[in-house]
Amino acid sequence: MTKEELISKLRTIVAPYVQNQEAFENLSEETDFINDLEINSANLVDVILDVEDEFDIEIDNDAMEKMLTIKASIEIIQEKLAIK
Amino acid sequence: MDKKRVVITGLGVVSPNGMNVSEFTNAIKHGISGIQYIRELEELNFSCQIAGKPLYENDYLNNYFNTIQRKGLNASGLEYGVISGLDAWKDAGLSIVEKENSPLWEAGVIFGTGILGVDKFREAIYKVDEGKVRRLGSTSVLQTMASGISAFLGGMIGCGNITTTNSSACSTGTEAILMAYDHITSGKAEIILAGSTSDSGPYIWGGFDAMRILPHKYNNDPTIASRPMSATASGFVPGSGAGALVVESLNSAKKRGATIYAEILGGHTNSGGQRGGGSMTAPNNIAVQKCIRQAITNANIRPDEIDAINGHLTATTKDATEIRNWSQALELNGKEFPYINSLKSLVGHCLAASGSIESVATVLQLKENFIFGNINCEDLHPEIAALVDRERIPTKTINKTPSVIMKASFGFGDVNACVVFKKFSENKSTATKN
Repeated sequence: MTKEELISKLRTIVAPYVQNQEAFENLSEETDFINDLEINSANLVDVILDVEDEFDIEIDNDAMEKMLTIKASIEIIQEKLAIK
Repeated sequence: MDKKRVVITGLGVVSPNGMNVSEFTNAIKHGISGIQYIRELEELNFSCQIAGKPLYENDYLNNYFNTIQRKGLNASGLEYGVISGLDAWKDAGLSIVEKENSPLWEAGVIFGTGILGVDKFREAIYKVDEGKVRRLGSTSVLQTMASGISAFLGGMIGCGNITTTNSSACSTGTEAILMAYDHITSGKAEIILAGSTSDSGPYIWGGFDAMRILPHKYNNDPTIASRPMSATASGFVPGSGAGALVVESLNSAKKRGATIYAEILGGHTNSGGQRGGGSMTAPNNIAVQKCIRQAITNANIRPDEIDAINGHLTATTKDATEIRNWSQALELNGKEFPYINSLKSLVGHCLAASGSIESVATVLQLKENFIFGNINCEDLHPEIAALVDRERIPTKTINKTPSVIMKASFGFGDVNACVVFKKFSENKSTATKN
């Protein structure tokens, strides 16, 4: 899966949780879930669950703590997909 | 000094026989039952396979919940409570606070329930037992904490005053209204969204089916199953839904130019302490009578000023006992006894939601000048017939202009709540009885 495809899928996943639409429209690899998109921290666990369902992977606690930006998420998803 | 006057300025309801106030008003005026056969209950081997359950399309929820709130939503009581609560708020002409503004410091929420989100809780139990606790997500707690309903409503509106959930079994809804009344008369708040809600479904109703207190002979004839005050009453039909009332100081209502539906004159809550014949499931009759009498004293009215009673009257053998308690407490009988009706003939027993849905019905009678008829009690129980003149228990809606109506709810745990509503007039003294 290309990076662009991954970003596109992540964009769909985070959409319902986003509270800053302007940051969402300018979403890039550098976008931070909490600081830019203003996703409620309680909803971060829901984003992770949606990522697990979408890619059929399991994200452990260590990986989860790192998944705070689009860039980090892409790296973790690629890593988990590789060992599937 | 006179107590602060408190009025009702908004109503909302999600009932088995009406998804909003106008549908509900039409249904109670015309004796339209909301009791139906529920296939799921038959499949699960329930003895009683009928219930009162609000029905709406799933998309209807989009008018009340945003996309995140709807994600994983599986708590019927939360749905009913939010719909009725927001409807009442809107009906009162009140607005929702913008995210960036301060909350309404003078407005609160007291919204009761017995248990919230059992279906969501079942989901969680399965996941936990499978060792998948991490898959619960963030919604499990919010939808199953009892105070989820007041938390959702308070947050959606932006309330900055008391935001809590009370629980006292079947007296929950009536108790919530009295708590709101007390909070406002004591000067702690100006507006309280008061009400109560009850989930639907087999996990709520199963325990009552097991207690053998639900009717089991009407599975093919649901609309005649709920028979309060009837000689053939054989148990209460389980129900569900939510009712909501905006309770407000007269001062605040006048300042806003709000429509006033009725005034709350006062009321009382008490318990029989599970003594003197009272138990976890049966009432101490002395306590019931004390509650009624104290409510009248607090409301500063005489028994002969009461035009109608909206009883608890669930359609069990206890109905005759309840009527006797009313009769003794008010010292009225025969033709002197007020009109009396029970909403449960139309919607069943909505448990924690019963007090609030029935209070909405009571206030509607004051606002729209009618007394709704009781269906399924053509065959009045002989003990009731000996106490109250038949004409006082109408089987069809009558056009009357009631001025004072009392509403009582009694619950498991031997708890009682009784409230007195009055048609609003500037002059507080009650009108002469017509």
